[in-house]
Amino acid sequence: MKRFTRNEMAQRVGRDIPSGAYVNLGIGLPTLVANHLPTNREIVLHTENGLLGMGPAPEPGQEDIDLINAGKQPVTALPGASFFHHADSFAMMRGGHLDFCVLGAFQVSSRGDLANWHTGAKDAIPAVGGAMDLALGAKQVFVMMEHQTKSGESKIVAECTYPVTALRCVSRIYTDLAVIDVTPQGLAVVDSIEGLSHDELEKLTGVKLARRSH
Amino acid sequence: MIDKSVASVEAAVADVRDGATIMIGGFGTAGMPVELIDALIANGARELTIVNNNAGNGDTGLAALIREKRVRKIVCSFPRQTDSWHFDRAWQSGALELELVPQGNLAERIRAAGAGIGAFYTPTGFGTQLAEGKETRVIDGRDYVLEFPIRADFALIKALRGDRWGNLVYRKTARNFGPIMATAADVTIAQVREIVNLGDLDPEDIVTPGIFVKRIVEIPAAAKPVPQPGAAA
Repeated sequence: MKRFTRNEMAQRVGRDIPSGAYVNLGIGLPTLVANHLPTNREIVLHTENGLLGMGPAPEPGQEDIDLINAGKQPVTALPGASFFHHADSFAMMRGGHLDFCVLGAFQVSSRGDLANWHTGAKDAIPAVGGAMDLALGAKQVFVMMEHQTKSGESKIVAECTYPVTALRCVSRIYTDLAVIDVTPQGLAVVDSIEGLSHDELEKLTGVKLARRSH
Repeated sequence: MIDKSVASVEAAVADVRDGATIMIGGFGTAGMPVELIDALIANGARELTIVNNNAGNGDTGLAALIREKRVRKIVCSFPRQTDSWHFDRAWQSGALELELVPQGNLAERIRAAGAGIGAFYTPTGFGTQLAEGKETRVIDGRDYVLEFPIRADFALIKALRGDRWGNLVYRKTARNFGPIMATAADVTIAQVREIVNLGDLDPEDIVTPGIFVKRIVEIPAAAKPVPQPGAAA
């Protein structure tokens, strides 16, 4: 059994984003998706700090301190790009104008609750940024994460034990083992890696998973 | 003649008093009015409540204001950064109060203050720790949280160009919180790279109309925020 690499996960997410989509990629693992969007599709990337039509990192020496992404890294603006202030940027999220967002997560529950902003540890400095707005604003919320923690616990859970970011917001989960849809009836497997049976996947996940329907 | 231009950053912030609430523009260092913050540090006002998206980066601007122990409370969405050491230290020692606000709620609460809105229902934060104790309401089957405006005594913002009426245009993603903060403070002070003649800004391009701006001060381009590693005491 060979797990998906981070790049394979990003490629798998990229495949599911259609031409014409407006997309926000979260900080961390989701940023990788930008490198794997099919080049024959026109896809517009949004960044919360006020840019639609975000392009790749600039050439060394071409960085502009006034042109950055949500992670505060230098980016470029593609032809057709637009700048706007923060209230407009979050209206795009909260108002349901973004087609997709891709977020990292600590945990996703079988109802689609998302926990990705705070570990809840007492000495941890809390920081939320745009996570809560993104999670409930985009038409479809994709989560991209390792299936298990480093100690082998499933990150897909019956109930989130970390503080939640938003309730019932996740549409689809991409992990290094499987792609899983969140449906009104519960979780349903779309794809899984070769050599991993449905029963094995369900055992590793620890919650009920419906078999792929096709 | 209306002339909102002020000769120096020191003069621009001279009337800031202890205990003031101050909005500071910027997302990280993009759009942060570093020279105005330096003048605020020199002004000496203490016990400030600061509204910003972050809580300072490196050792300049907002980070320096925190280092100098001028801040009593910070209202922001994302304080934790790899280079937010001055905030981290102040927060962990209990010297600084933090009100953590989801970024879109922060923006909308500022916008609401500027637009004269009494409060508003937003879905963001519902069911989370950050909405604990807040009023909620179901509207058309969806859950919302009641959020109140954030007003300030002063807003310090940075724009690219302005004129003596206070009209402003911004630069790229340095625009971020500037246009909404400008509307939500009693006294909005803008630092710009260049003050141009009245009429030189195309009315079609103006992002912040001058009615929202009280003072404007020119800081030529050379004075860019430069990280100063090692400046921390």
